[in-house]
Amino acid sequence: MNAEDPTAAFRVEARELLDQVEQALLDLSYRLDDAALIDSVFRGLHTLKGSGAMFGFDSLAAFTHHIEGAFDRVRKGRARATAELVATVLAARDHMRALVEGDAISADGEAILARLAAAVDAPAVEPAAPVRPVAPDTAATGGWQLSFRLPRQALAHGTNALALLDELRALGDCTLVAHRGAIPPLDQLAERDCHVGWAATLRGDVPRAAIDDVFLFVLDDMELSVTPLPPVGTAAGARGAAAAPDRAAPETRAPRRVARAVQGELVRVPAARLDTLMDRVGELVIAQSRLSQLAGDRHDLVLRSVAEEIERLAAELRDTMMVLRMVPVASLFGRFRRLVHDLARETGKAIALETAGESTEIDKTVSERLFDPLVHILRNACDHGLEEAGERIAVGKPATGIVRLAAYQAGGAAVITVSDDGRGIVRERVRAKAEASGLVAPGQALADAELLALIFHPGFSTAAAVTNLSGRGVGMDVVKREIERLRGTIELVSTEGAGTTITLRIPLTLAIIDGLLVRVGTGRYVIPLAAVEECLELTAEEDRRSLGRSLITLRDRLVPFLRLRELFATAAPPDPHQKIVVVATGRERVGLVVDQIIGSHQTVVKALSPFHQGIGTFSGATILGDGGVALILDVAQLVARGQQAESALGQAA
Amino acid sequence: MSDRPPSLTVPDAAAVIAWDSHGELEVLTFDVGGESFAVEAVLVRELVELLPETAVPGAPALVDAMVNFRGRIVPVADLRAAFAMPAAGATADSRIIVVELTVADETLLLGLRADRVHEVATLTEASSEDAPSVGVRWPRAYVRRLVRWRDDVIVLPDLVAILTPALGGAALTC
Repeated sequence: MNAEDPTAAFRVEARELLDQVEQALLDLSYRLDDAALIDSVFRGLHTLKGSGAMFGFDSLAAFTHHIEGAFDRVRKGRARATAELVATVLAARDHMRALVEGDAISADGEAILARLAAAVDAPAVEPAAPVRPVAPDTAATGGWQLSFRLPRQALAHGTNALALLDELRALGDCTLVAHRGAIPPLDQLAERDCHVGWAATLRGDVPRAAIDDVFLFVLDDMELSVTPLPPVGTAAGARGAAAAPDRAAPETRAPRRVARAVQGELVRVPAARLDTLMDRVGELVIAQSRLSQLAGDRHDLVLRSVAEEIERLAAELRDTMMVLRMVPVASLFGRFRRLVHDLARETGKAIALETAGESTEIDKTVSERLFDPLVHILRNACDHGLEEAGERIAVGKPATGIVRLAAYQAGGAAVITVSDDGRGIVRERVRAKAEASGLVAPGQALADAELLALIFHPGFSTAAAVTNLSGRGVGMDVVKREIERLRGTIELVSTEGAGTTITLRIPLTLAIIDGLLVRVGTGRYVIPLAAVEECLELTAEEDRRSLGRSLITLRDRLVPFLRLRELFATAAPPDPHQKIVVVATGRERVGLVVDQIIGSHQTVVKALSPFHQGIGTFSGATILGDGGVALILDVAQLVARGQQAESALGQAA
Repeated sequence: MSDRPPSLTVPDAAAVIAWDSHGELEVLTFDVGGESFAVEAVLVRELVELLPETAVPGAPALVDAMVNFRGRIVPVADLRAAFAMPAAGATADSRIIVVELTVADETLLLGLRADRVHEVATLTEASSEDAPSVGVRWPRAYVRRLVRWRDDVIVLPDLVAILTPALGGAALTC
């Protein structure tokens, strides 16, 4: 942790570069002749090649060199960007990623290079398309008059100004004059900044684009003005005469990305340090609540006011800490663009991914754990939901299917919806499948919602044929379980013929929950408050009556319940007035019988040690105000257990 | 995950005792259930008086509780369960030895219940021997060596072998 490994730093940077390249490529696949995107991909590849070689990733540098070379041809208009080329370079990006991580298979690389050669060469029959505005290239001039100034931080960022000047000189007969006017007095001189500007007279038949190429990597931030010089023969006095009116006005580039400088500085921090900080804040909150308790017991006004001050600060610190761990869902959504691109190619369907609400922020851990379930939902939408283009046109829909991924915040939760405009869920097929597998009795009356809920049942899959994409035995039940593990809920709405929408509701953070503190025997447990529906008393009469069965009547509904005392093998005598806490996930409810309800309590969640993770009844633990430890109940698991007990009872009866 | 048969085979590296170049080893000695045990001093993070424990229903008997150790939730193991000793309550001399282990590349703190903690002692390899195959009531795999120390015999338990069955698959190293 102390000595930063430079190759590790390179890996981090390379991953980011590759992600940028991927995003640019995906954009490019929609706008195949966007010169700015082509440049951006090229620049990313070039930087990767350079720094790869610098850090000793030679095979990466060599491979990237080929890709960069191919892209350079596209950039110069000698080859055309095609969907096939973009797909090949995307595959190449994956290979580069593997090279960065050190687990690449060299045969893959060769195959990609072969594909690439085919993709670049194939459309060469077409005349070189005007990928970038080439008009100024061919201006018949005797050369150019340049005036330029590098970005101020160019030197600090590793640009070699002398090398640029040399490159410029190599283009033709060049006279360079340095402008020293902007150099500040010695005492104000920042020695890392570049203060010098240059004027250059470049004679000879030099294309305009060649000049841009010299400055390719600093072009966005530099000042550059280029004026064509008249052909040598008419040079005399032509300077002020504005000889060629169409091109004479100096084409000045002002720095394009001023906004970037204003964005403020970012600091990269390892996630582990944030976790440590979070732990400390958690400890502080615990220590603070002990202090508040002590202060409350004494009649010392000064102590009380200090305790209140610390309480406020601790709460603010905790909120700030939470925000630090939040990341926009944009990074999560970004990863799906590639998935949908690949799915579209695999299925042969035309699929467009629309996203909305990318700036919605969720906890980093939540974001990571949402990835797999969302992949599954998206695969389902693309594979089963959307129809083939022909089928879509036949029912009057546009040929391109749309998958929409949206996020927004509602209260303490983030809501993520995945919707498609495909064929929707065909109720008859769901029913047929459920009847075939014995989930429902033939002809049994089911509400629409109940029928759709069957999709979340373990082992349920309606795909007629198991394809490469979905239907691998991992069904929506796994998705549902994973979402519930995140203390979230999943909802499904589907209209036959019009599409399906799946809504995920996820708590913004896993680090803190509101909990209901209860006592069972001598142990204290926390029930996540979000799952609690109501609390009521288990009357002595009901208690007696319910011995031997595990159902109670709650407002004319039968609710299964679990006696936590039995579940936890509690030896201490039961309280005379036991309570039932009714918890629910989705539509399923279960009552938990406890000895005492202590109160609600905001809780910092701590992970269980590996010795206790496998037990299943608990999702974590927390430290209470008095320093004791309480276990947090895993409501989803308990509900499942209650339902099992109920169905076992139903079968016995 | 938990119904996987517990594997008692000891990884070679973990069973090895890191005697230094003089054939000596610094350990902390303690009593559990009338026997003397020792753990490598380098593993010991801290000694604490008994903390209020929280029982974990459904957990393996070996690691059936946890404590709040400076804001961290630390599982507590009882060697009695591994060595088939009768359970016993805490006394004024009882302590928890907090040791640092590695599970799947992450550091894990674990509390070991001790009836009494003695001292940091230097054991010598010359006075150590393998556990005899007869005359001892414990599983042999749980003992790395027996070491004579003054008038006593000290057990160097194999924590990896003892704790691995309670882990459900994660790789543990000391």
